[in-house]
Amino acid sequence: MTTQTLTRKPTNWRRIGAWSLVVLALIATILPFLWMLRTALSTNGSLASNSANLLPADFSLGAFKRVFGMQSTEEAIADGGSGAAIDFWLYLRNSILFATVTTAAQVFFSALAAYAFARLRWPGRDKVFALFLATMMIPGIFTALPNFLLIKNLGLLNTFAGMMLPFLFMSAFAIFFLRQFFLSMSREVEEAAMLDGARHLRIFFQIVLPNAAAPLATLALLTFVGQWNEYFWPLLVATDENVRVLTVGLSVFKSQSPQGAPDWSGLMAATIVAALPVLILFIAFGKRVINSIGFSGIK
Amino acid sequence: MMTTLTKHPPAAAHKAPQRPGRGRRMAKLRDVRIALLFILPAMIGLVAFCLVPTIRGVYLSFTEYSILGEPEWIGVDNYTAIFQDELFWNAMAVTLQYVGINIGLQTVIALGLALLMHRVAKSTFVRGALLLPFFVANVVVALLWFWMLDYQLGIVNEIISWLGLPRIAFFGSEQWAIPTIAFVNVWKHMGYTALLIFAGLQAIPHHVYEVASLDGASHTRTFWSITMPLLRPVLALVMVVSVIGSFQVFDTVSITTGGGPINATRVIQMYIYQKAFGESDFGYASALSVILFVILALVAFIQMKFLKGNESDLD
Repeated sequence: MTTQTLTRKPTNWRRIGAWSLVVLALIATILPFLWMLRTALSTNGSLASNSANLLPADFSLGAFKRVFGMQSTEEAIADGGSGAAIDFWLYLRNSILFATVTTAAQVFFSALAAYAFARLRWPGRDKVFALFLATMMIPGIFTALPNFLLIKNLGLLNTFAGMMLPFLFMSAFAIFFLRQFFLSMSREVEEAAMLDGARHLRIFFQIVLPNAAAPLATLALLTFVGQWNEYFWPLLVATDENVRVLTVGLSVFKSQSPQGAPDWSGLMAATIVAALPVLILFIAFGKRVINSIGFSGIK
Repeated sequence: MMTTLTKHPPAAAHKAPQRPGRGRRMAKLRDVRIALLFILPAMIGLVAFCLVPTIRGVYLSFTEYSILGEPEWIGVDNYTAIFQDELFWNAMAVTLQYVGINIGLQTVIALGLALLMHRVAKSTFVRGALLLPFFVANVVVALLWFWMLDYQLGIVNEIISWLGLPRIAFFGSEQWAIPTIAFVNVWKHMGYTALLIFAGLQAIPHHVYEVASLDGASHTRTFWSITMPLLRPVLALVMVVSVIGSFQVFDTVSITTGGGPINATRVIQMYIYQKAFGESDFGYASALSVILFVILALVAFIQMKFLKGNESDLD
């Protein structure tokens, strides 16, 4: 899409004005991230007196060491930390486990369902599909309370199973998204395979899934980011240290603030740990996501 | 809320032909059996974690339930109590204030950015950079701004005092807390919203602009008479999705103010959370979430109706 959409050449000052707005927006977006990094690499003691400089004040990796539990309690307290045990390695592992398993299962099961909606004929199909779509309207908090009670009754509070279960089986959006793609795919190859006696399972795994690799990857990426950033549900069911994910870990870390000034450099180091994997994914695959954002159903 | 609207270029350009009639009955029977297998996991998820909880949520809203023991049926008592509950009305007022500032600011900024993306800055880099905050967790964004807007050491207050103005307690004062939280979430979502509107702008046919240009229409005129009306369905959908998300603000509040100072930022979802998990009043909390659900459904309905979001002027 590189077609020139301008119908008339704007006057020069107009263009300059427009570009300065773009630059302003870019600065407003990027600068806070640089400030985050700058703070994480500074020591707490020097933050107060050196705020006019983008470079770290009194460069130190102490904040990262503190966040990963690699500083002794005395050292941590001397550096402005709370001294409370905090281990972001563990939270990082938990977040990876939680986001990866839920993403893989959710995308796979949603793809199965999408195939049934797009390619198979069965009574009540469109009604069931409408039901799935309708659930997108239900606000998260509404099902969160009963789901919490369910997980609690099952004795799964503070377990990975309890944290993952509601996300494992489907997402209405994923089903909708993949169904749209399956409908747009050519049926010819599938029909030829069908005539050769191939069953739906084989067609699904050997023809449909490989052909849908691109949208599956986009969907998986979006789902992963969403799961990685999920805060509310883990906060309800999984606050125990051994299953605590990064987002919850961050809130616990923040609430452990020592008396007086919070451990800002430690907090910013921790937010970098929580944000970095997603930022890396975004830089690696962002283009695909950007080009896929738009509207389905609207021309 | 992370609702994402996406599209993919169709893999094949042509429409799929109807399946030939051979062995149709056999295939049909096989289809039904296999369909059951394919749909089963999603169905389990739908029933166990969506439909049953929905029914249970409505049921619980008519009970008194403190987690310990069994829910006790009390009819509409929760609802009548809610309508006399000052904290509920406060939560509604605070939430509406948040939604108003958040959506107003966000729509204007995103529309501006989308126009810039469309007409000036066409590079994917610009779009990518502006999208960055959207991919970072709410919690991270909240902490980042909590630090930057800190009263003592935050860079924003450093700049304000350097300018000779009095420092502002962004999260600590009753009149600033909600606008600040609304601003933080505008910062997070503006790039994404802009990208959605940008996609809508690209769908407006080129020739419409050419005709306007030939007729000598000014930029302003073209914008108000062509761009805005043709963009309406997209804007409507963006608004509905953002408003629904906005009503459910929680993460940012939970991290920065926890509902305070006093009751200034106790938004409705925060109130539900506190009722359920702070006071173990699950019946009351369920009734609150039923009310939130009804409000959201009404808001979506009214918006679609008012903005005629499902009709396009292009036809």
